[in-house]
Amino acid sequence: MDQKNLRDWEAKCTQEEPPKCKARCPLHVDGREFCRLLQAGQIDKAWAVLCRTMPFPSITARICDGDCQNDCLRSQRGGGIELAALERFAAENFKRSPMLRALPPKGKNIAIFGAFLPGLAAAWDLGKKGFTVIVFCEDKMQGFGNLPADRISNQVIEKELAQFGKMNVSFAEHGKCDPQTVMAACDRFDAVFVDPLAHNATQLGINEVDTVTLQTSKEFLFASTEVNNSSFISLIALGRKGALSIERKLQNASLTAGRDREAPFETKLFTNISKVQETAPLAVPTEGYSAEQAQEEASRCLLCECMECVNNCAYLEEFKSYPKAYARQIYNNASIVMGTRMANTMINSCMLCGLCEKVCPENFAMQDIVLEARQDLVEKGHMPPSAHEFALRDMDFADSSTCALVKHQPGTTQSKYVFFPGCQLSASDPGAIERTYAHLCSTLDGGTGLMLRCCGAPADWGGQKEIFERKMESLKRDWESLGHPQIIAACPSCIKILQQELPDAEIISLWSALSSEVDQLKEPPETALLSLQDPCSARDNHELMNDVRMLLSGINVTFNEPELSGSLTECCGFGGLLANTNEPLSRKVAERRAEKLDHDGVTYCAMCRDMLAKAGKRCQHILDIIFPDGDADPAGRTAPGYSTRRENRVRLKETLLRETWNEQPEPRNDYESIAVKFTGEARKMMEERRILLSDVQKTLLSVQESKQVLENMETGHMLVQFRPVTVTYWVEFEMSGTNYLVHRVWSHRMRVLG
Amino acid sequence: MSTLKVLDEDFSAWKCVTCGHTLNPSPVELEYLDSKFNVELPACPDCGFVLIPEELALGKMAEVERMLEDK
Ligand code: SF4
Ligand code: SF4
Ligand code: SF4
Ligand SMILES: [Zn+2]
Repeated sequence: MDQKNLRDWEAKCTQEEPPKCKARCPLHVDGREFCRLLQAGQIDKAWAVLCRTMPFPSITARICDGDCQNDCLRSQRGGGIELAALERFAAENFKRSPMLRALPPKGKNIAIFGAFLPGLAAAWDLGKKGFTVIVFCEDKMQGFGNLPADRISNQVIEKELAQFGKMNVSFAEHGKCDPQTVMAACDRFDAVFVDPLAHNATQLGINEVDTVTLQTSKEFLFASTEVNNSSFISLIALGRKGALSIERKLQNASLTAGRDREAPFETKLFTNISKVQETAPLAVPTEGYSAEQAQEEASRCLLCECMECVNNCAYLEEFKSYPKAYARQIYNNASIVMGTRMANTMINSCMLCGLCEKVCPENFAMQDIVLEARQDLVEKGHMPPSAHEFALRDMDFADSSTCALVKHQPGTTQSKYVFFPGCQLSASDPGAIERTYAHLCSTLDGGTGLMLRCCGAPADWGGQKEIFERKMESLKRDWESLGHPQIIAACPSCIKILQQELPDAEIISLWSALSSEVDQLKEPPETALLSLQDPCSARDNHELMNDVRMLLSGINVTFNEPELSGSLTECCGFGGLLANTNEPLSRKVAERRAEKLDHDGVTYCAMCRDMLAKAGKRCQHILDIIFPDGDADPAGRTAPGYSTRRENRVRLKETLLRETWNEQPEPRNDYESIAVKFTGEARKMMEERRILLSDVQKTLLSVQESKQVLENMETGHMLVQFRPVTVTYWVEFEMSGTNYLVHRVWSHRMRVLG
Repeated sequence: MSTLKVLDEDFSAWKCVTCGHTLNPSPVELEYLDSKFNVELPACPDCGFVLIPEELALGKMAEVERMLEDK
């Protein structure tokens, strides 16, 4: 990601856009923050929010008529927030006001003609910034004459006028000035602002005024054309505009740059109000809100924000921010030369599921930045070695000669089709593959080959471009060796990758193959209503999602759709290798998803099935329904652990070779003959610590040669260690007969030098 | 470089089967991703075989590994 990309990504996320109230307010008062504080009963802090933006806040807060109310998002759900009344409440009820401090005088003199709201606002802003301001007027009270007297007492006015005195502003009450005096002042002062309520530009003989900057054709003279029917608050904004122009002019800065959002504007902030109930504004009594009423009205504020993606993704929520900020963190992470890459875990915890892109009003695709960041880490050699190693080893195992298989249907030399079940279905439920393959062989003409191997998804998800490319080459070779058959794939992730990487291949889903010949299937016994779990990798594959629904309906299985379903489905917690890099988060995701399914789940992804089962959710794979194996309760089947998953793949190949092809499988490895038993605790440890049965067996075997053994003289336990490549395994055991009984296992990556 | 004491527990119940000696706290050098550390760990005084106890492997050591991986 370069600077430009970063800015493009940042611009896409609307979360930091202002709420509608702030965008619409001529002074851009932060109504959201104000309401947030009032909701919490923090009146002084809420008041401080107004003081940050409003000139002479005690007056301004009392006279605004709520220009923003019709634009407030709440207006679509019962009526806009009564911000004006709430502001008045704050002005009447604060106990402490923040100290207002003006900058020390800069030695620049400004003349302001007229002490109506625009002139006073310009004076306030300029004085605060250290300009020395003289306000020429008939009477410094002139601006307050037509303000609602019931809201503003003389006391309030005097207090604010006194504040002017502390901010480099003085008043010169000379009677009405004529245009000549104004023009003459331009020579004596560094800049001049004319309050349009005292003189408008035409009266000064000026017919050209830039409405964005109030600059007139006379340099250093700022004025405005006639202002009719302007609200109090926009008159104040007009003065502020002139003040800002004068400040820029005297700093030799651009008068126009970055002012496109000075006037009320349309915000890009999106806020989902689909679940917001209507409530009407609380009527404002003539004497104004009481404390309880103010809190109640402020509580109607929706505290508008987007967070649409964050609310729908446990990962985005976990790291306590939102995509705009994440994009910057990822960018910074990549720029680190020396030091800690703080964002690595965040980068490696996205499921790459693509839901954010679907729910985001601007289609922010977090998965795209994250995947690029992983590829970048790998390329630069900065990817933490432990992050994906376990998954990549598992992928290599699935593709090794012990598990992988590429064959024509027995008795044939050609394949019109090839069944591609995917390495996770082989790991989860090898029997389902045997039964499905037998069915395909018996119902399809022209030869149906079989390909057992991994599609390479783990390399892709891990950002391992090179490894992934190599996988794709070997995948292509395997497919070509069968004579380019049509691929019948069962796993949605495989389908996605095959479609991308084998553009010449014709690929259909197993579900489409089965539903086109649905009368060949035995109708399953009637089941209770199920909840359909679409896997996240099916999100963009409408044909696939449709085929599954057709198939389920075709065999009379009734199901409902969870709240997020179809192209809005949620990941089960396996995607993007999350279960490898951040197991606790992965579990949380699975549990959250499980809760969204009202009934027992049914899905067409082996990983969704097993992840949900691990989260305690009853769930079946469609193959459990179509080709049952006699298990009385397939939805309750426990998800196999890591070692069992490997063993399942090995056994699947062995069984198929023996029973389908009448061939002898390769002999097993030496270490596999080592008979090991485990205590319940040891078994749990292995799963949590990702230590495989084969790791334990290899360790025990290696020690038979090295004889490097420790013995505990109190417990009689033996302790041995082995470091095949990057990880050292420790196994604590006792001998029970000729068996090893393993009590504890652990591992580390650090190496003992001596 | 000073030798860091990372273990409080006593590991003298463990003995090296080959040499017949109980393990003693000894200075040991550890390495990960090109960073080296000197720590005191139980080892056989004879053959030098070092025990990395479970709580060290899963605690401090894992923490340092993670830290170095993000460097
Ligand atoms: S609901 Fe609250 S935050 Fe949203 S626009 Fe209205 S006042 Fe502003
Ligand atoms: S891709 Fe999925 S996991 Fe990643 S941020 Fe988007 S919704 Fe969350
Ligand atoms: S959905 Fe997420 S990424 Fe999109 S604008 Fe909202 S907060 Fe930003
Ligand atoms: Zn020894």
